[in-house]
Amino acid sequence: MKDPLLVVSDVRVSFLKEHQKRLFGRERQQVLRGVSLALEEGECLGVIGESGSGKSTLGRVLAGLLPPESGAVFINGRNLYGRGKRDAAGPRHGLSVVFQDYTSSVNPRFRVEHAIGESLRALERLEGRVVDKKRRVAELLEQVGLPASCASRYPHELSGGQLQRVCIARAIAVNPRVVLLDEAVSSLDASTQTQVMDLLMELRARRGLSYIFITHDLTCVTYFCDRALFFNAGRIVEQVDDMKNLSRVRDPYARRLLDAVMGIGVQPGDLRRERADLLPAGDGDVMGAAS
Amino acid sequence: MLRQLFKNPMALLCMGVLLFTALLGILAPWAAPNDPYANDILNKFAGPSWQYPLGTDHLGRCVFSRMLFGIRPTLFLSLLTMLGTIGLGVIMGVAAGYFRGVVDEIIMRVVDVMLSFPSQIIILAVVALLGVDIRNVVVASIFIKWAWYARMIRTATIKYTGMNFVLFSRSVGSGNFYILTRHMLPCIAAELAVLASLDTGWAILNISTLSFLGLGVQAPVPEWGAMLNEAKNVMVSNPEQMIAPGVAVVALVGACNMLGDCLRDALDPRTARQ
Repeated sequence: MKDPLLVVSDVRVSFLKEHQKRLFGRERQQVLRGVSLALEEGECLGVIGESGSGKSTLGRVLAGLLPPESGAVFINGRNLYGRGKRDAAGPRHGLSVVFQDYTSSVNPRFRVEHAIGESLRALERLEGRVVDKKRRVAELLEQVGLPASCASRYPHELSGGQLQRVCIARAIAVNPRVVLLDEAVSSLDASTQTQVMDLLMELRARRGLSYIFITHDLTCVTYFCDRALFFNAGRIVEQVDDMKNLSRVRDPYARRLLDAVMGIGVQPGDLRRERADLLPAGDGDVMGAAS
Repeated sequence: MLRQLFKNPMALLCMGVLLFTALLGILAPWAAPNDPYANDILNKFAGPSWQYPLGTDHLGRCVFSRMLFGIRPTLFLSLLTMLGTIGLGVIMGVAAGYFRGVVDEIIMRVVDVMLSFPSQIIILAVVALLGVDIRNVVVASIFIKWAWYARMIRTATIKYTGMNFVLFSRSVGSGNFYILTRHMLPCIAAELAVLASLDTGWAILNISTLSFLGLGVQAPVPEWGAMLNEAKNVMVSNPEQMIAPGVAVVALVGACNMLGDCLRDALDPRTARQ
């Protein structure tokens, strides 16, 4: 069997605390406490967690924006944060990002063609070949289901769904193997969400992409993902390899919190039995962790 | 933003005043009716006439011509000051805000030191140290003023560094230079314009003040502050001598400040709509 496309091994990240107890204190807040995961070719992996659980920090580490304190990220077997020449530029375009907040993810002063052109320019630099930007932008817009006339528009002249499509076009412009979707559909309304997810599935089928889908919305995960990871307080607390298991959950949010508190290794059956006893204490813990 | 600015009559008026003044200054050799240095001692303190539109000063020099030639040091040296200040401030501020870490610490501590001196005193000290010369005044003004800009621009840079479009740009591997020039500078430029137009007024006043004190432009070169200084000597016998340069300085500084306000309104549509 081939190596997985993307491997994250024991990544740890911490930030300096905002409020130090002592002057010049160096207390740190652990945000990621040893995260490991693997993504196979053509797979869609959901990462679910509540606000502040560190899932977006994980996204930043994967996107190459935040070097982890320890651990490593391998894309196509190459270390994303490696120092060697072979490591440096290569994996950059193995992975591409689509952010949650579409209003700030495109520079308001850039036309759509320039926003996508930026990715193409980066691709040119990396591969050292000239890309016919105008034609490629039109192709990409067509692939994400936008008319070519959008190319000369500014971001504020597009709707949220259209803008998110532009972001997707911009992300796939660099020919990535993996696309990281950081809450990519969360700020859209329900019908647009479905449209965008359908588009993503179509692109996946056509281009053989893998997705890492970071979200707090369980329904999106059930609709979209092959596997799911539950994320709490900087750790992966539960892994669902078969989405059929997940679809049995009726009350996703409470159940997810419960799962987060109970930790790994608790079967759904045990959970139902113990829920009544554990809920009060568990609730308190969750509140404590969140604040 | 520009469209909104051009709709505002006050902004148009201010820009008109500034452009007209600048044009007069550039065209001074052709627009002035007399040589600004030519004495006509028999006609000293003459009233307005066809030959001398604003009368003559204590040496019989044409006040109007001196006013026109005085635009050059006043307006253009203040613009030069602002250019230098903004240039230095932008480089330092963007470097500190974008790269953070050690670079940030070093630049910001220098800025802290600069900001802890009173600006007027520092300028006097620098001029005293380097000698009385208008060039030293400009250098001193830049030296003291860049820290304000560096701090302001650093804050704006930090704000935009966290924006998703900059993050995306970094994640696809665009170079720092590209990100700074294509993303950062255009975003900061708008905020910068407000501060710069407000501060141009400050620079005009500053140069006039120092010339008034005899530390900036030296006699007999015409400059508005220096002209006020000469007029001050005859304040009791011929008070009308102070009117022309005084009104001119007020009008020019006022236009700069008003333009700054209008720019700020145009940048923040919420306040403008009320």
